[in-house]
Amino acid sequence: MKNWPLWEVFIRSKNGLEHRHCGSLHASDATMALENARDVYTRRMEGVSIWVVPSAQITASNPDDSAELFDPAKDKAYRHPTFYELPDELKHM
Amino acid sequence: MNNNLIQYIYGIADNSLILGQRLGELCGHGPSLETDIAMTNISLDLFGQVRSYFQYAAKLIGGDATEDTIAFLRKEREYKNVLLVEQPNQDFAYSIARQFLFDVYHLLVLEELQNSKDETLSAIAKKSIKEVSYHTRFSSDWIRRLGDGTEESHNRIQTAINDLWIFTDELFHQTDADKAMVTEGIGVDVTLLKSNYFKKVNEILEEATLQIPTIEYFQKGGKQGIHSEHMGYLLAQMQYMQLAYPNMNW
Amino acid sequence: MSEKEVKNLEAIFDARIARDEKIEPKDWMPEKYRQTHIRQISQHAHSEIVGMLPEGNWITRAPSLKRKVALLAKIQDEAGHGLYLYSACETLGVSREELYEQLHSGKAKYSSIFNYPTLTWADMGAIGWLVDGAAIINQVPLCSTSFGPYARAMVRVCKEESFHQRQGFQIMMTLAEGTPEQKEMAQDALNRWWWPALMMLGPLDAESVHTEQSMKWKLKRKSNDDLRQQFVDQTVPQAKMIGLTIPDPDLKWNEEKQSYDFGEMNWDEFWQVVKGHGPCNKERISARVNAWEKGKWVRDAAMAYAEKQANKEVKQAI
Repeated sequence: MKNWPLWEVFIRSKNGLEHRHCGSLHASDATMALENARDVYTRRMEGVSIWVVPSAQITASNPDDSAELFDPAKDKAYRHPTFYELPDELKHM
Repeated sequence: MNNNLIQYIYGIADNSLILGQRLGELCGHGPSLETDIAMTNISLDLFGQVRSYFQYAAKLIGGDATEDTIAFLRKEREYKNVLLVEQPNQDFAYSIARQFLFDVYHLLVLEELQNSKDETLSAIAKKSIKEVSYHTRFSSDWIRRLGDGTEESHNRIQTAINDLWIFTDELFHQTDADKAMVTEGIGVDVTLLKSNYFKKVNEILEEATLQIPTIEYFQKGGKQGIHSEHMGYLLAQMQYMQLAYPNMNW
Repeated sequence: MSEKEVKNLEAIFDARIARDEKIEPKDWMPEKYRQTHIRQISQHAHSEIVGMLPEGNWITRAPSLKRKVALLAKIQDEAGHGLYLYSACETLGVSREELYEQLHSGKAKYSSIFNYPTLTWADMGAIGWLVDGAAIINQVPLCSTSFGPYARAMVRVCKEESFHQRQGFQIMMTLAEGTPEQKEMAQDALNRWWWPALMMLGPLDAESVHTEQSMKWKLKRKSNDDLRQQFVDQTVPQAKMIGLTIPDPDLKWNEEKQSYDFGEMNWDEFWQVVKGHGPCNKERISARVNAWEKGKWVRDAAMAYAEKQANKEVKQAI
């Protein structure tokens, strides 16, 4: 028989914040994955909402492609407010 | 001192104490790390409830009584838990069946106990309902998984349910203290919970493709302090330190 | 890839770590880095779950309800820590089942200290105070180790473990302040756990094999001897505070180096236990093997159920 698959766990620590990845665990199905996540990752009031996703369902970018994926953004300083030098007297902009 | 109230508290709290103790035996030996952690959580919930109940009982008793003298220093006959919860962990199926058959009952009792005229008991019940709702969900899910899993798991859980079924009738028996507390509006009339209990239990068993046992002869005694042979060994471990080293702080 | 290209990649890799960059699972890494990490992280995970057993031995006999819930919660944390660490290890492409297999067959090691028996309630105190104390000294620096998943797991572990040592010390303190019989129980536990706790921090630097490479990869931030010194220096005053005596006649304050000198450890015993001949090696492994084998039908049932449910959903969709 197959082993219990791996799940990734995401927890919202309080309303207003996004779910964040907090770890993984094994479970036979989604219901069990949620219950296990509750028992493993929220024992100290760490969360108000849980997502679980089968790890196999995640498509990840390849680190070998990092250069072409992420480096081109480096020289686009005009996307950031500091690119635009303005007089100090100008307020609230 | 309201002796009936104290006896009534024992009747409720001892179930959590003895079941918590049984679950504690499993810590570190579960079928998976995740399941181990989950069952320890249930044990911790139950011991938490026990402490609230016994702290209240200690106040009622007065003198040197504490949650620990009540938990550890009574004689076997003075423990009023039902026979079901003291049954040993023969395998995972027994532990789950015992949990399930108790959880459904426990939740029904607490849902009534929250309306108790006794404010402390009502408050403990309200807090415990959240915990026990989760226990019931956990054990029901496992009943389904084992019942409708493999042939082996089906047989094992069916055997466990069959063997433990003889202890279900006692859940709805009343002691004199129970009756007195019902009259005073403090206690829960467990006789009224019976049909709802079997409706809920049978529903899950059917979903789990399990047979509902047809058994005519039931066991009773725990509520009167007449336990099974397992109880003495459980207490021998639980009371060991308190008996070997009396009157000390830990 | 040619040998030269690999060398080149390794140089880039080492430079990244030297710059305090983290390595993530899908990044290129030298095979030796991967293997060393699988070994160390899984060894750490095994130590957590084998470590549940000596303390688990006292759950049913804890002397008060308060101690019982604290002990249960602590052991449960250890299961959690094992789980986090196995998960970190799994990102390197080895499954939890394979790691268990290595533990069960005796191929993988775990911390030797858990092969000692827990004989009295005071052992719960000594383990929390000394064993967790030594573990923390080892673990805190690992929060900034180079491999991302390991570092993140350690951050969580260290955060949760902060109550463990306090729990243990409080047990010892209560015993030391209790009746003469209780104080004797505490002293006896300290006598039995002191030396194994010191040895837990690893062989003497002079005899340690992996240290240099591990330092470079930030798997190790301080040498074994330094860690041991730190442990002795912090623990001796704690023992004094509660009136217990460290069982070492050679222990004395060294004014010049501003720390304690201490006696020789019994390394023959250490290696005997490491090689599998400690008082409880066999019990510990057989308890783990038992739990795993007896749990097989349960795990299989859950998988079979999940597959049946998934099939039902597909049928309904059609």
